[in-house]
This record gives sequence, C-alpha cells and structure tokens, in this order.
Amino acid sequence: MQFAFTDEQREFRDVLRRFLQNKSPPGEVRRLMETDQGWDREEWRKLNQDLGLTGVRVPEAYGGQGFGMVELGIVMEEMGRALLCAPYFSSAVLAATAIAEAGTEEQKRALLPSIAAGDTIATLAFTEDNGRWDTVGIEMTATPEGDGFRLDGTKSFVVDGHTADLIVVAARRQGSSGDDGLSFFTVAGDTEGLSRRRLETMDPTRKLARLEFRGVKASLLGSEGAAAAPLARTLDIAAVALAHEMAGGAERLREDALDYVNMRVQFGRTIASFQVTKHKAADMLLDVELAKSAAYYAAEACDENAPDFPAVASLAKAQASDVYMQTAIHAVQMHGGIGFTWDNDTHLWFKRARSSEAFLGDPAYHRELMMQRWDTGEERASA
Amino acid sequence: MSEINEASVRKEVRAWLEENWDPNRGLVEWRNMLADSGWGMPHWPKEWYGRDLPVGLTPVVEEEFRRMEAVGVAKAGIRMLAAATILAHGTDMHKQKFLRRILTGEDTWCQLFSEPGSGSDMAGATTRAEFRGNRWIVNGQKVWTTSAHHAQWGLLLARTDWDVPKHKGLSYFILDMNQPGVTVQPLKQMNGHASFNQVFFTDAEVEPEFIVTEPGNGWAVATTTLMHERRGADSLRTWAMGYDKPGRIYEEERAEIATVMEPYKWYPQRAGRVDLVLPRAKETGKIHDPIVRQEIAKLLTLAKSAEWTARRARAAQLSGKPQGPEGSLGKLASSHVARAAARVHSMISGADAMLTGADSPMNGVIAEILVSTPATSIAGGTDEIQRNIISERVLGMPKEPRTDTDRPFREVPKNTVT
Repeated sequence: MQFAFTDEQREFRDVLRRFLQNKSPPGEVRRLMETDQGWDREEWRKLNQDLGLTGVRVPEAYGGQGFGMVELGIVMEEMGRALLCAPYFSSAVLAATAIAEAGTEEQKRALLPSIAAGDTIATLAFTEDNGRWDTVGIEMTATPEGDGFRLDGTKSFVVDGHTADLIVVAARRQGSSGDDGLSFFTVAGDTEGLSRRRLETMDPTRKLARLEFRGVKASLLGSEGAAAAPLARTLDIAAVALAHEMAGGAERLREDALDYVNMRVQFGRTIASFQVTKHKAADMLLDVELAKSAAYYAAEACDENAPDFPAVASLAKAQASDVYMQTAIHAVQMHGGIGFTWDNDTHLWFKRARSSEAFLGDPAYHRELMMQRWDTGEERASA
Repeated sequence: MSEINEASVRKEVRAWLEENWDPNRGLVEWRNMLADSGWGMPHWPKEWYGRDLPVGLTPVVEEEFRRMEAVGVAKAGIRMLAAATILAHGTDMHKQKFLRRILTGEDTWCQLFSEPGSGSDMAGATTRAEFRGNRWIVNGQKVWTTSAHHAQWGLLLARTDWDVPKHKGLSYFILDMNQPGVTVQPLKQMNGHASFNQVFFTDAEVEPEFIVTEPGNGWAVATTTLMHERRGADSLRTWAMGYDKPGRIYEEERAEIATVMEPYKWYPQRAGRVDLVLPRAKETGKIHDPIVRQEIAKLLTLAKSAEWTARRARAAQLSGKPQGPEGSLGKLASSHVARAAARVHSMISGADAMLTGADSPMNGVIAEILVSTPATSIAGGTDEIQRNIISERVLGMPKEPRTDTDRPFREVPKNTVT
C-alpha cells in the first residue's frame, strides 16, 4: 500500500478537474438533469475523444487504457465533485466490469472495445422491484430457447436503463435460488419484448429505469449458472467506485459551504468567525478525509488483490454514504434559508447524496456485509 | 576532513561502541561516556555533548545502538523538553549545570504550565513570581504535572507583570523542586489512577540566574517547549522499551523505565482498545446480535479510516510533498475512535459493564476503558481547541474576536483573583 498518489496520478487528476470544471458547471448539470435522457451524446463523445475516460480500467487488449482501480477512483471522485451527467457509472463501471469479470475471451473482444470507446452505452440490470442488492433478490428467469435464452421478468433501479444500447442482465435458471443458477446475459436496448420506462428519480442527475422483459431473446455472457462470483466482484468494484464518487461530491459540498460562510455576514461579522461554524467546518473536513482515506485504501486493495478487499469495499461504501449525507445536511444548514432554495446548487449534491446512500445497498447493509467478510479477510491476510 | 555520510557515521559509531560498550558498567557511568563522546545525542552541538551530526543521520546511530543492544541516554519524560528548551534559550551556565544530568538520567524534570484556572488558555496563568530582595518569590498552583513527585527541576511559567497584556507578562523559570515552598500532591483521576500531580507554591524561591531569557519573554520560551512536546508526543512514551537481558546496566535502565512509564499504564485503555472488540464480542456471543454488529462495524470503519488517514499523512511527509489537511486531523479522529470504542465495549459487556476490578471482564481492563476514554478528548488540547486549530490553520477561517489580548492582564476576567 502506497497511501499516496504518484506524480502521474496527481497530474491526471488536475487535468480531469479542469476539464470537468469546464464541461460540467452547475448550469450544465441543471440543463441535462431536466432532459429525459439525462446526458448529451455529443458531450459524451467529446469526453471520450479528449480523455478516453470510459476505457480507463478496461484492459488494453480490449481497447481500453489498462489502468487500475486507483485511476478509476480518481475519475469517479472528480465526476462526483463535478456532478457530471453522463452514463459513466452504468457503462464504464457496472457494465464494463461485469463483462470483463464474466465474459469469455471472445465476448470481451466483441463487447468491450466499443464500450471503452464510448460508442456503445451499456448498463447492468440486476436489481428488481424488491430493491435487493444481493443475489437472493434476483427472480428473473432465463429459459433455454433455440441456440440462446429467453428472459422473463422485471428489472428496476437500472442506471441509464432507458437509454443504454446494451444491457447486461442477471437472471436465474428456473427453480434455482441464491447464488445458484445465476447467469449473465446481454440484450440490445431495442430488442423485441423489452419495454423500458424511466423512473421519476429524486436525484435528477442519475436516471434510473424499470425494464420489463417478456420473452426477450438474450445471449449468454460467460458460463451458464456461474454469474454469482463475477457479480459479487463487480458489485464490490462498483461500491468502491461509488465511494470515490461520494467522497468527491462531499468534498465539493464542504468547500462550497466553507466559501459561503466566509462570505456571509450576520451580527456584524462573517458567520465563519463563529466557533459554532468553525467547529462544524472542522468536523466536515475530518469526515470527508476519513471517507477519502477509506476509498483510496479500498482502491489500492483492489489493485493489489488484497485478501481484505471485499470487506474494505463494503467499509468504504458505508463510510462514504454516511459522510456524504452528513456533509450534505451540514452544507444546507450552513447556507441557511438560501440553502433550501431550488436556485442554490447545494440541493443538487444533496440529492445525489440521498440516492447514493441507497444505491448498491445502504450503509447498514454494507456494514453487515463487512462484518461477514472481516474475519475471513483477516484470516486470509494472516495465512 | 573527510566527508560525513551514512557509511562514515556507521563505521565510526560501530568502532566506538565495540571499544566501549559493556553491559556491566553502571548506567550513569555509561551515560557520562555517551555525553563525553557525543554519541548519546549526536545531532546536538559539539560543545554540548553532541557531534553536530545532521538530524537525518541520527537513525544510523540508533540502528547501531540497537544492533549492539547498547543503552542510550535518558530520553523519556519531560527531560528532553527541558533539554531542547535549554539548548534553544538557556545560558551557558544552564547548559553546564543541567544538560549532562538530563542525559545521564540523574535528574528528572516536570513541566509547570497548566493551572486550575487556565487549561486551554495557558497564557492566562496566574501563578505569580515577584522579584523581592535578590530572588524571585513564587506563589500559586499548577496542575496535571506528570512526574512532579520525583522531579528535581521544574519548567515554570509564571506571571511577573500584571499591567501588560497576558502574553507579555509571563516569564519562564527553572525551579528547584526540592525546597520548602514547593508541595506536591497526587491528583486522583476519575479512573482511580493518580498519574499526575498538583503543585503548590508558597513563597518558593528561584535564584535570579535561573530565569530563562528575560522577564516578559516566558510565552515565547514556553512555545519552544510546547513545540517539542507536540513533535515528540508519541516518542515520549514509545521509546521506553528496554532490553529484556541480564546485566547491571539493563537492570538499572529497566528500573528507570518502570518509574517513568508508571503514569502511562492506563493509556492503551484511554484510546479505547479497539483491538479487544472482536475477541470480546465473540467471547460474549454478542457477535450474533445484529445491532451490536452494526456498532462494531461503525467502530472498525472509523478506526480503520483514521489509521489510513494517518498513513496518508505520513506518506505525504516522507515524500516531501506539501502536506494536505490529513496531517492535522489525527488527534480529533482518535477522540472519536476512543468514544465509539467505549460505547461498543459497553454494549458488548452488558450488565458486566456495571462492574470493575476483579469482578469485571478481563480483570478490570474493560472497566478501565469505560472510565478512561474521556481523557482522550481533553488531554493535549481538547477537541474544541483542535477544531479551532483545524478551522483556522487548515481551513483559513477567521479567529474568534478576543477581548483578553490587548488590555492589561489585571483587567481580564479570570477564574480566581490572586
């Protein structure tokens, strides 16, 4: 573990931060969040042409840049900071990871380059109406038909599910339960029998969709009945990516709130000169730094295949969720009345904090997961 | 003259140790040899028991001492703060009189700064020193004084001028603790230990040459002491390991360490003993309680994140990169960890948390955690002061307007009128 970024990584972050400041100011976030699609294909193309961001963690053999989780973390942190409206989490994190983890060599060669280039927007559909983030919640069935499969059931809370060109779907063999009988499939967004509806989301910057599958023809991804392990690994990686995004968003809220209290005058002095405000600002700094430390550690643990990775992935997700939400609550409070208005930008991040708290499993869920994984990780680490 | 580098230093110290190290010497005899040769504090000036070695090369010397299992000079306790302050501000007479006996361990020291009426606001000290006849006469009270009961000398911050603003009326003295005007009483803490003392001065005397620098400059000198205290906060306690080996010198060192470390024996408990949480939860079966599991997970998350934040700070420091905010947060984070750990230990212990001593879990260790953790958020700067430091120095927020700094101290409201 390095506990520090290299000069190249710092430079990468600086470039990215400037780029996103320019591409995703709050005005642009507000414009895109009002659209049905939620992102702009032209801007997305530029993002990938200029910086090749979607392929950052895709191996070079499949058209990506071949970097690790640390670099993907930097991207997520900066995107969370800028609240970028783009199908990045769905395509570059969820779908690309699932395909890389589960797909055959041939499938990876066929699917990943176009995702890495940003030409294909993909997503991962695994959650259903029951809102569970584990394999137990997967009820959708896959039935062999001809040389492929037929999918029946419903997926919900699918990020960018209404706009994705390609959907990776988790479904199970009829009569199976839990981790058994789970497989991944790929389905084109416009396949017959698939109906997609955008859900009304509290956070308008991250669009979710409900997808109904009625006899939808699907291609198997990887081996039949073997999706549980790659799904778990994909979700751990997604949790760490989300932890970075949340840490970035929390830091932005903290900085903006600090700027505001330094400017706001009441009782003849800036409210930043009151200890009650200073102490809150100090607490917010500590919280955000703790969340960053956990996310950074988890990213390094991923890249080093550390035995404690699954435990610290959940740790980082739980930590960042709590910190993002608490920071958002403090940030609104420090703005006072104006912080509760639509015109003030604080609520944009506040809502992202709320939705990220639940997305991929809430803090209590991840704490329990972490407890189950902790001892096994420790044992493996000392073995 | 040949160039000084790692290899040359290693060769030189190794040769000297091989020639001179003998575990059957007396501790003081050996340390006098270290003082004479300069190998005890090699980065100190040549004329004062050192060798003018660059600080960066001292680890090489320490390595060679460890390799030989050779005992070093006395470093634990307040004495090194005294030495640093005397080296920076003392007269040649001070250096002559005190430094050697600090290194040999013959003298122990204490720090007479905090008072019952001035805790966080140390510059509000009201212990007074008045020049009467041909000496300074001291009256007042100090508190939280580690080692005062066996110290020969004290570093005293006292007020000598009440008609100037608070920071300008303080002076810094070296006070002989063995005199009739000084009374030391143990201070019993809420956890039952008495690791500190209260020190009362009733016409205690200080010779005029034992003022450090000049009257009114005490705050500046105290700042030097405090700076070294913060810098060495960890090493003050952790160095004192000793060697588990036979030999006269080892025995004498172990006895010295036992005396110095005695006040700190409950310190692991005050930090919360996160290491005991999982074993205790398994032992009691509370590991199966979903609510306790959540609280344990919260604690581990906090403790791990704090540890990783400290590692980030250290990595930044080592690489010479500008340090981020992570470096200033450790103290505040450890308060949160200690509080959370006590809460979880209490949950895990259930009814047993009502007991202490032999009747309680782990022969009183758990009970000691529960009543010691409040010290973490107070000692060495309260959480509130830490938050002020973080908000002002890291975040650049304005200082709270003050009413006590630009008027005569006599007129400033205080806890006791003296």
